[in-house]
Amino acid sequence: MYAYNDFDRAFLAQRNRQFRAQVERRIDGSLTEDEFKPLRLMNGVYLQLHAYMLRVAIPYGTLNSAQMRQLALLAEKWDKGYGHFTTRQNIQYNWPKLNDIPDMLDALAEVNLHAIQTSGNTIRNVTSDHFAGAAADEIEDPRPVAELIRQWSTDHPEFQFLPRKFKIAVSGAPNDRAVLKSHDIAVEVVQQDGQTGYRIFVGGGLGRTPMLGKVIREFLPKADLLPYLEAIVSVYNLLGRRDNKYKARIKITVHENGLDKIRALVEERFPVLKEQFGGVDQQMLAEIETHFAAPAFRDADTGAFEAAYTNDPLFRSWVDTNIDSHRRADHAIVSISLKAHGKTPGDASAAQMRVMADLAETYAYDELRISHEQNVILPHVPKDALPQLYQALKTAGLGTANIGLASDIIACPGMDYCALATARSIPIAQEIATRFDELKLEHEIGELKIKISGCINACGHHHVGHIGILGLDRAGVENYQITLGGDGTETASIGTRAGPGFSADDIVPAIERLVLGYLDLRASADETFLQAYRRLGAAPFKALLYPEAREKAA
Amino acid sequence: MPRQFTPKVVTANALIEGDVIYLTSDDTWTRELAQAEVLTDEAVADVRLLDASSRHSEAVGVYLADVRLEDGVPQPTHFREDFRRTGPSNYFHGKQAAR
Repeated sequence: MYAYNDFDRAFLAQRNRQFRAQVERRIDGSLTEDEFKPLRLMNGVYLQLHAYMLRVAIPYGTLNSAQMRQLALLAEKWDKGYGHFTTRQNIQYNWPKLNDIPDMLDALAEVNLHAIQTSGNTIRNVTSDHFAGAAADEIEDPRPVAELIRQWSTDHPEFQFLPRKFKIAVSGAPNDRAVLKSHDIAVEVVQQDGQTGYRIFVGGGLGRTPMLGKVIREFLPKADLLPYLEAIVSVYNLLGRRDNKYKARIKITVHENGLDKIRALVEERFPVLKEQFGGVDQQMLAEIETHFAAPAFRDADTGAFEAAYTNDPLFRSWVDTNIDSHRRADHAIVSISLKAHGKTPGDASAAQMRVMADLAETYAYDELRISHEQNVILPHVPKDALPQLYQALKTAGLGTANIGLASDIIACPGMDYCALATARSIPIAQEIATRFDELKLEHEIGELKIKISGCINACGHHHVGHIGILGLDRAGVENYQITLGGDGTETASIGTRAGPGFSADDIVPAIERLVLGYLDLRASADETFLQAYRRLGAAPFKALLYPEAREKAA
Repeated sequence: MPRQFTPKVVTANALIEGDVIYLTSDDTWTRELAQAEVLTDEAVADVRLLDASSRHSEAVGVYLADVRLEDGVPQPTHFREDFRRTGPSNYFHGKQAAR
């Protein structure tokens, strides 16, 4: 993984010293909140419902064990003993005190982590495929490019005050695990005529106006990437609306101006920038690539794994759901579920973080990843280590076998923590997970993405959930709208609203009716919820949600 | 006809801790809604809000929150204020656990 050089360390130390002085001036009264707020937001510090919140970037979701242990230390020393992994591969601390935050940032800097540009109208943490560098279907590891983008965008003087926040994702595989089309810009590694390059999407986003990213360039040569991205962001920086916060994202700029006009402006700007870059970006990329060499994989005897798989039904169930194909046949990608039934999605205690760090160090070449689905990944595990790994995870409460199933729910913090929320989302996720665990049906139901947001800003990605749930405030009461048919993968689609919302008491029974009804509707056990929805259309699913309407119509 | 003024309290987040605070009648801040000063006169409420808002080194995001009186004790009227008073509902921690 990328190791900081002297420049990086000095930059971060300087930023942390600046912010420490800014916090001191806020506390001694030299700065008002209005003056301080933009400064704290540049450093990832929000003020939420019950406390400050510190959002720490985990660049493209990649961590080593030392970094994970440091995240645990922060949770224990300055927070309430846990951290919350988010849908943008960040970690959030929900309870820091303002005067402790400079010390937290210094502690993060010790392991090359920071909170810079995790808020504000800047280019945010660059996200990526959480299986990067390990997946069997990968064309190229997307992380060197993601790191290049991180370095380019961090403290980029032209892009510190964009019209609105700006999110970039990079993926190196045809199977999209990074929700590319919901990003302001997405970079997909593709091959054309034997050449590797990038397909560039622009103008995706969820929130109050969900839109899928559109292809602005079908094939971009590798060497052109950074000047091309800078051309897009600079066109947006001039053209993007600053008069209306809700129309300021690039998706609206593209929508209002048309993709052709944006493309023409970008193509006009690109050669100018390309010349200015003068190839320095490619020199940097070549250096960065040396940091991402694959680990020295050892040969693994798969015999012990096969025996445990045959003899231990719990292990088998966990392998069936939580293991993905590694590019080496004797290795596996392990997803550690942070979705134990009834617990808060994405939360990990300091003790659990340390267990995951230890396991990564012992069994998995010291590498960890955070997924946008709020789980933790060990990307490289020799198959002979899987039985011991599973036992250790189970002991730590991390052995839940539910990746991709009904209880593997994305949920934003919602009104339990977030100042913007209009309703709670975590308790709904807890209740749904608990209910499906009671029914003992989720393995039979199979792949099902339920995603919950507690407000229209859609941090819980509800628009791309097979079943999306949006919590709203209707005349002072929590109300939950359901969307159906969303998809965040390479076959992306935005879900369609099913009908009137449900109360907090009625939403879980409604989801249960919907999912149990799907079992009767599906053509075979192999047809997923999304496939059945696409084959049958919304009508039979709406009938499950609103049986009264069906009776009236009859 | 102007809308009738409903009872309110002055609330904010503490500067250092970031937690929820309410203004009391003797100009101190309390963590307990039950101890907050209940404002029933609009003109008085406006002045109390202005005064509290100027205390930059103590409080952030000062505003008036609706309450209803139950046996003379202020209670939140909206679920958001209920969570602010109590803490997160996903499990027992935060303010409720600190009591």
